Amino acid sequence: MSDPVGVAPGAVEHRFGEYGGQFVPETLMPALDELERAWVQAREDARFRSELALLLRDYAGRPTPLYQARRLSERLGRAVYLKREDLNHTGSHKLNNALGQCLLARRMGKRRIIAETGAGQHGVATATACALLDLDCVIYMGEQDTIRQRPNVQRMRLLGAEVRPVTAGARTLKEATSQAIRDWVASVADTHYVIGSVVGPAPYPAMVRDLQRVIGDEARAQILEREGRLPERVIACVGGGSNALGIFTAFLDDPEVQLVGVEAGGEGIDTPRHGAPLTVGGRPGILHGARSAVMQDEEGQIVEAHSISAGLDYPGTGPQHAHLRDTGRARYVAVTDREALDAFAQLTRLEGIIPALETAHAIAWTLARGEGELDLICLSGRGDKDLAEVLALEEQGGAGRPGDVGRTRDAGTPAAGAQDDAQLSAGERAAGGSRTDARHE
Amino acid sequence: MLAMSERIAAAFSRPGRSAALMPYLMAGYPTMADSVEIGRACVEAGADILELGVPYSDPLADGPVIHEAATGALAAGASLSGVLEVARALAPSVPVVLMCYANMVFAPGAHAFAQRLARTGAAGLIVPDLPLEESAPVRDACDAAGIALVPLLAPTSTPERMREIGARARGFLYTVSVVGTTGERAALSDGFAEVVASAKASTEVPVAIGFGIATPEHAAQAAAAGADGVIVGTRLVRAAGEEHPAEAVGTVVGQLAAALRTDR
Repeated sequence: MSDPVGVAPGAVEHRFGEYGGQFVPETLMPALDELERAWVQAREDARFRSELALLLRDYAGRPTPLYQARRLSERLGRAVYLKREDLNHTGSHKLNNALGQCLLARRMGKRRIIAETGAGQHGVATATACALLDLDCVIYMGEQDTIRQRPNVQRMRLLGAEVRPVTAGARTLKEATSQAIRDWVASVADTHYVIGSVVGPAPYPAMVRDLQRVIGDEARAQILEREGRLPERVIACVGGGSNALGIFTAFLDDPEVQLVGVEAGGEGIDTPRHGAPLTVGGRPGILHGARSAVMQDEEGQIVEAHSISAGLDYPGTGPQHAHLRDTGRARYVAVTDREALDAFAQLTRLEGIIPALETAHAIAWTLARGEGELDLICLSGRGDKDLAEVLALEEQGGAGRPGDVGRTRDAGTPAAGAQDDAQLSAGERAAGGSRTDARHE
Repeated sequence: MLAMSERIAAAFSRPGRSAALMPYLMAGYPTMADSVEIGRACVEAGADILELGVPYSDPLADGPVIHEAATGALAAGASLSGVLEVARALAPSVPVVLMCYANMVFAPGAHAFAQRLARTGAAGLIVPDLPLEESAPVRDACDAAGIALVPLLAPTSTPERMREIGARARGFLYTVSVVGTTGERAALSDGFAEVVASAKASTEVPVAIGFGIATPEHAAQAAAAGADGVIVGTRLVRAAGEEHPAEAVGTVVGQLAAALRTDR
């Protein structure tokens, strides 16, 4: 049985270079201290570790398989491995963190759980852990996301969670997170807030990473066993960035392994409608309690993100990602909605694996790379939740032509991006427009 | 550079009052021009210090009324420059304390922000998502600019935190009366008198209490519990949404002021 919690000896990191911190109202500060102390104790407690390890094995189904994608590898002329987090119980990597945090909450005597969710994967995972551990569960979800991820809303309700649609702003993940924090400010005595990604005030970014690093710890051992070597590239999608840090962490000290985080390029990073703060760069900002890469205007107002994928539709990202970018240890790129939709269709037909639209961003970037011998992709979640939306777009002629290999964009090449956009046909622009309309019905 | 702190201190010791009255208004709600008029109406009706909120996209410490007012102000085109013009217009007649979320303070750099604020004649700055651990650069910048950086204390703050926060307070100590976001409550929370007492024991600056104070009765209770100042926000922002904003806010401020008068 593999060790479920990667213990970084010593303190829980509050800062990653200039990023991170605790920018929250004073009311929450004692709760963050309490959480950090409880986490440090729990992760060093053999009983807690073994309970989590058993749940991950017998309940979640870990270790998840490492699968060499046969037809994808054949097409690209190199070995492409998929770390199958979609086969984790509830259909994504999110359960790793939700189980750990809900066990911790129970240990702290907190019987009420709140969480934010974008695509609904974290909400479903948290609702599942709460059902298992008999905890009360309230999930905040942007109203827009309750529409585009309806199956996950139904699953959360079946699991006994109360789903509270959030109607502020663009009604997506940013507002859901803000509302969950406001709930916590008022309920902190008896409530634990299960943040779903490597974002938020310390200790969350480090704690969530340590609960997710099981992905990379497993994958590194698996690929060494299969190939006798490390991958050239490890590729994962990045919204808040928990599946990416989950798989990157085991490889951080392997300098020969390139780490690639793929953000939401939305309608293009040369437009305002994207979710790619790491790729675009610019002045760091503070969002949801931490300093990191943030989409903001001159005066510091946070701007709305856009992505076809609800889980990547977020103007911020985890502080450690910003630090990994600045130090050059990882690089961050963006792929557009269209490219992600194409990759979604391609992986489905090539491998019989329907990826989440979030994950499809990582697939798209890999599809467009010609070079290399050995890639490892974190297949962070399954795409059943996205079927209705993708099929609706396909009917409008917006997606799903196999063979239409995605156009991708690297950080620092805005000119190439602009050129790509100029190459979009009128029909493709129209499809983009109707996508937007569909989302606002 | 002590002038602004002295101005705030003087506002807490005006004769004939059991506590200073500190109305909050959301700049730009419903319009910037209204905000200046609302501020003047507050002063005429008895405000001792004005708290001027900067509309922000993600106000984590605010309840739905102030959040919506901020959203409305931003939709109407509110900008920091506009807010600072409101501060400049009001500062000659009352000490103005800006309430602004951390990202907007750090956007131009804390130093540049504090200098710009000081040039309007404003006296202080409150940053609701800047706890002690993150506050040093902003406090240094404010000290250098002659702006009082007012920290917040919560009912959940441990005695140790209270001492540390109280020792670093400038101008006054903003004590949050409830575990929650801004908003009106039917009654003050049970433990609020204890919170006021612990806050006063932790600092040498005046203690103002806010979050959830909405009626003249609440204001009188807060003063009776020993608060040096009473902050009223959501009730007034709600009044600013009425047909004649300045008149509506002025009326409520007048009622609150009457409840704090000792020379009746």
